Amino acid sequence: MQESILQIENLHVQTKTPHGTTSLIQDVSFEVGRGQIVGLIGESGCGKTVTSMSILHMLDRKTTDVTGSITLQGRELIGMSERAMRSIRGKDISYIMQNPMNSFTPVWTIGHQLIETIRRHTTVSKRQAKAKAMDALAQMNLPQPDKLLNKYPFELSGGMLQRVMIAMAACMHPPLLIADEPTTALDVHTQKLVLEHLNQIRHEYGTAILLITHDLGVIAEMADQVVVMRQGEMVEKAEVLELFENPKHDYTKKLLAARPSIPAVCPI
Amino acid sequence: MMTKGKNLFSHQKLISICVVLLGLLLIVTICAPWIAPHDPAAVNLAMKLKGSSWEYPLGTDQLGRCNLSRILYGARVSLGCALLIFLSSLLIGLIVGLLSGYKGGWIDHVLMRICDGIMAFPNLVLILGLVGIFGPGLSQVVLALMLVQWVYYARVFRGMVLSLKEQNFIAAAKISGTSHWNIMRKHMIPNVLPPLAVIGTLEMGWAIMDISAMSFLGLGVQPPMPEWGAMIHEGKSYIQTNPQLMLYPGLVIMAVVVLFNLLGEALSEKYGIKRRV
Amino acid sequence: MGRYIVKRMLSIIPVFLLATLFTTGMIHLSPVDPAEAYLAAAHIQPTDEILAQKRSEFGLDQPFYMQYLHTIEKVIHLDFGKSYMSNQPVLNEVIYRIPATIQLALTSLLIAICVSIPLGFFSGMRKNGIVDHVSRLISFLGASIPTFVLGYLLIFFFSVKLDLLPVEGVGTWEHLILPSVTLAVPLIAMYTRLLRSSVSEALQEPFVQYARIRGLKERSIMFKHVLRIAISPMLTGLGVNLGKLLTGTIIVEAVFSWPGFGRFFIEAIFNRDLPVIQFYVLMAACIFILSSLIVDLLQLIIDPRISRKEGRQT
Repeated sequence: MQESILQIENLHVQTKTPHGTTSLIQDVSFEVGRGQIVGLIGESGCGKTVTSMSILHMLDRKTTDVTGSITLQGRELIGMSERAMRSIRGKDISYIMQNPMNSFTPVWTIGHQLIETIRRHTTVSKRQAKAKAMDALAQMNLPQPDKLLNKYPFELSGGMLQRVMIAMAACMHPPLLIADEPTTALDVHTQKLVLEHLNQIRHEYGTAILLITHDLGVIAEMADQVVVMRQGEMVEKAEVLELFENPKHDYTKKLLAARPSIPAVCPI
Repeated sequence: MMTKGKNLFSHQKLISICVVLLGLLLIVTICAPWIAPHDPAAVNLAMKLKGSSWEYPLGTDQLGRCNLSRILYGARVSLGCALLIFLSSLLIGLIVGLLSGYKGGWIDHVLMRICDGIMAFPNLVLILGLVGIFGPGLSQVVLALMLVQWVYYARVFRGMVLSLKEQNFIAAAKISGTSHWNIMRKHMIPNVLPPLAVIGTLEMGWAIMDISAMSFLGLGVQPPMPEWGAMIHEGKSYIQTNPQLMLYPGLVIMAVVVLFNLLGEALSEKYGIKRRV
Repeated sequence: MGRYIVKRMLSIIPVFLLATLFTTGMIHLSPVDPAEAYLAAAHIQPTDEILAQKRSEFGLDQPFYMQYLHTIEKVIHLDFGKSYMSNQPVLNEVIYRIPATIQLALTSLLIAICVSIPLGFFSGMRKNGIVDHVSRLISFLGASIPTFVLGYLLIFFFSVKLDLLPVEGVGTWEHLILPSVTLAVPLIAMYTRLLRSSVSEALQEPFVQYARIRGLKERSIMFKHVLRIAISPMLTGLGVNLGKLLTGTIIVEAVFSWPGFGRFFIEAIFNRDLPVIQFYVLMAACIFILSSLIVDLLQLIIDPRISRKEGRQT
């Protein structure tokens, strides 16, 4: 039995609007173990991002109600103070944003932002942090790490930034990594690299990965377990092979049927 | 920037209140000869520097003239000039904007460069420079303001013409069977009115500020014409003994400019138009 | 980056030429004959002979383009003619008076920056909070109240009623307070407004969220990321509106009898002292050019996107 890193039980998220309370997520429960990849799949608006944001406690505390249990290595996250969460974010839980081009601050080099994250969570000196940063970039097979550190975000392509983001996420060897649509808007070659990186991280560091995507191909390739969401509810949860061969829920069947049998993008 | 009153009033309410108050101001201005208790030029040295009384509600100035009457007549000067400046710079802006838009090419380029230059240059310095050329006096100040304010209107009209050209409205008219006039009426003019309203309101406020500033400096209105800025200039020496000579006109200027600015901002919020800083 | 600077400096030339053209032409637009104006200021009775002599002295009988070239030549040699009022070289008058104006302007700028940065920043951070409402009120009133009215209001309260500060004149730092505060208010109104909107825009950007997701401390995010980005539009506003500062000095100097160049300029207008007026207009044009150049350079430093892009283009 694998050690469980992330455990979500009966997660409910409600938001208060001027028109009353709306339920964003109802009764979601799943688990991600050490070195495991759990894929979270569903259409836009089904609650994938809300789930990941509630793990990170990034939802507006004033307007949203989060109930249930989210435990990270046994620690209960719901109800934790903002201050405590800040120490966890970036260190125990790393996150890869959907759109890397907009995620970095335009006026600082990516080296600066990498080092700043490292020094926030550790007590190393600037030089040590820089070495660590270069090491992280090299681990991801990124070319010329020292030159890369001095580049500004606008000087790099989306694919490059995505890989840098993964390097940044992996650098702290977090027990949990959440990847939000890591392959969208990337060309096929970079997609492959990104997925390779994710695999590398989970094999080398044992990081548990929650992979959020709407791309079934990615799920098929990467995930061990799959959670299907629809309109805020968990519709099906199964091992990946089981899901593809024996989908139980109607919605899952529709999703699988909608997938074209030939890959839509042919590698050049 | 949202207006201060946005949380208390909706835009429409704020606009209505401002319009009503400005309308009142206009009425008071027009009726000044009937409302004012005294002739603003009537000198009465025996009554100089008196405080408020039934006969002189706001007291008298250093020549015994009634303060209230001078303020009321001063409104005629300020508002009258502001209106005149607005209409004439609107006209100049219309001509230049249309010319620039239709002809295009280097005429457009040159005219727009001139506009940029004037817009970037601080207003008052330009006006002072022009007054330096023409000499001091109210008509010179008004002329200077006219020569400076048309640029904002020119931009709007030029934009209108350019969008007209783009839409190729002649062809559209022929296809849809609508007359040119109807298209202009239904599409062009409603598009042009909001920015003109915003600019016009704010510019009128600024014009009043500039006229009073110039009169304060002694370069605008010449005595004995009553005007708020000039009254402040004359009341300067009495700030320790009779501060009301400066206070009343000062507060009035402030109130009127605030009114115009509030209205202009509310309109710009409502129509989502950016105005010059 | 060096090439960029050179490019910008070259663009000054057409503006300079235009400004000198304007000042040359000014004399002819004026209904007043410069020779007459000079004689009037010097209290000399104008006879036809003296007029003709003065006119040729001023070069007024030469064709326009010659006058224009003369003007450019003189300006390059920093010869701006002699003031009609004092018969001293204009440049001397300027050097004598401008320090007071600069002192006033710099103090006001300093006050404005020190007040508007925190005010605008916190206003944009917590929209609709108390700080926000206060700052919006200040912004609005500061922009609506005419400078001279504000000046006298301050004098009235602080000098007359409370007797805390002197009414006018120069000397001690106490004399400097009221004028510079008066001059600072419209600037504060503008900068606060600019910063507020750019801060609140920056807060919506994804990189702020990512900074939070990385676990960075709020203070770090606010100052190193948000403020750094948000200050850029405010800097542009600062430079562009250096003109408002110039305008303000003229009025503030009149209100507080501050012996600066602005006051001298007003006197010159009264006395139709054309050389001084010409100089002022030229100076204003130069300030305008200089300020936009400085702002561009500042932007280059603050926002690396611009310098790298420029470097690639050249």
